[in-house]
Amino acid sequence: MRYSGFRVIKEALTGHKGWKPIWRNPDPQPAYDYIIVGGGGHGLATAYYLANTFKKARIAVLEKSWLGSGNIGRNTTIIRSNYMLPGNEPFYEFSMKLWENLEQEFNFNAMVSQRGILNLCHTDAQRDAFRRRGNAMIFAGADAELLDREGVRAMYPWLNFDNARFPIKGGLLQRRAGTARHDGVAWGYARGADRAGVDLIQNCEVTGFRIEGGKLRGVETSRGYIAANKVGVAVAGSSGRVMAQAGMRLPIESHVLQAFVSEGLKPTIDGVITFGAGHFYVSQSDKGGLVFGGDIDGYNSYAQRGNMAVIEDVAQGGMALMPAIGRARLLRVWGGIMDMSMDGSPIIDKTPVEGLYLNAGWCYGGFKATPASGYTFAHLLATDTPHDTAKAYRLDRFERGYPIDEKGMGATPNLH
Amino acid sequence: MLIPHPLLGLRDSEEFSYLGDATLLERPDGMAADAPQRFYEYQHLRDNPAGVHRELWFHEQGDRSWLVVTRNTVTHEILGAELARDVKLAMAKGGAA
Repeated sequence: MRYSGFRVIKEALTGHKGWKPIWRNPDPQPAYDYIIVGGGGHGLATAYYLANTFKKARIAVLEKSWLGSGNIGRNTTIIRSNYMLPGNEPFYEFSMKLWENLEQEFNFNAMVSQRGILNLCHTDAQRDAFRRRGNAMIFAGADAELLDREGVRAMYPWLNFDNARFPIKGGLLQRRAGTARHDGVAWGYARGADRAGVDLIQNCEVTGFRIEGGKLRGVETSRGYIAANKVGVAVAGSSGRVMAQAGMRLPIESHVLQAFVSEGLKPTIDGVITFGAGHFYVSQSDKGGLVFGGDIDGYNSYAQRGNMAVIEDVAQGGMALMPAIGRARLLRVWGGIMDMSMDGSPIIDKTPVEGLYLNAGWCYGGFKATPASGYTFAHLLATDTPHDTAKAYRLDRFERGYPIDEKGMGATPNLH
Repeated sequence: MLIPHPLLGLRDSEEFSYLGDATLLERPDGMAADAPQRFYEYQHLRDNPAGVHRELWFHEQGDRSWLVVTRNTVTHEILGAELARDVKLAMAKGGAA
């Protein structure tokens, strides 16, 4: 069923009796050509592009819970391509271009809203660093504007410009960045994959890999053994747990990141504002809630909840930047599990096991990457060669000495 | 989270900063023939378990001692804490870490 305005009108006039479930709920077949482990944003996007763009068939997505039950439903919905390093920026700009055409592509309302992202700076040195980053973005085909203090004031006059420690001196603005409806992205990819014949198999946990002579034969699951020619693992947050079943240790630690939403308020913030120096960023949802967050808690965790001290720290950052939010009440707090990699950048690569492919290490930046991650991982699975924009995301880059360390923090996952 | 410091009793985890897996105490021999491979694994690869995890915490805003804290990464329950110095000395004697 294709969605359109006419369809909505027709259904409205006929009592909404014509809507159908947007994907099937099939039982697993004994064998597939391609199995994607993980029915989150990246896994569903991979299956979608594998079937629709690369025209492959006999594909299944195995999800241990329900579709989109992980980080695709637990993030702060920001999309942007304001990176600097050559290994990163073309990839994220490719993702941004896919976002811009996403809804037309998969015929689903993902509420992509290019409302702009503003990174605030507070010193001359930080402004210089932003100018350099903005130039790197423009070189990669993205957009960037450096705003002075008055430029920021024109957009957000109610920010605290004269904080004693971090007075606002300007900002780096990417107008094409913005937000998207996170669940809608998962549902859109799931529907598009299902329509192209992909089996989306829920409540099917992978419990082991069958590997013979260094070659992958299939996966053991809670619903029985399934044979496969190629298996792509896209389970960020649980990558270490899943890949341990294939005998691999990863350059990844799992950490918890908390996010927050306030009660609904009248329209106040029409874009995304990041206050990196104060470990705080915020946007406003279409329902009016302020959606905000800060740093990860900083210790290994698989619990989808964090500690109070970080909540306090984020609230303090928010108060320093925009004292007006002191009157808003916090509505919800939640946590998601991040694959924190050793250089802050992801991995999209083959593994030492023939037929087993890995998509992992997204740190807390996986949502914006969803379309490009799916596209490039599908490219790797379909052609056995990396996509041009994802060539740097090699699993062995730490061993070879080629990390992609955007923040220059070294092998300290909790600082990226 | 409250960490049972062996010398100071229960302390708020906010007084500490976190380094990571306690295997970082097992620094490889830099003169070994396969030192590059061992240092790559030492610095970059992690078991990253869901469950009991031994990890290094630094009592930065306290007595500045390093602790090996045993903690469950699924429940955040803290199961014990030792001075890293004691752990390392026991390892040097060939005792169980």
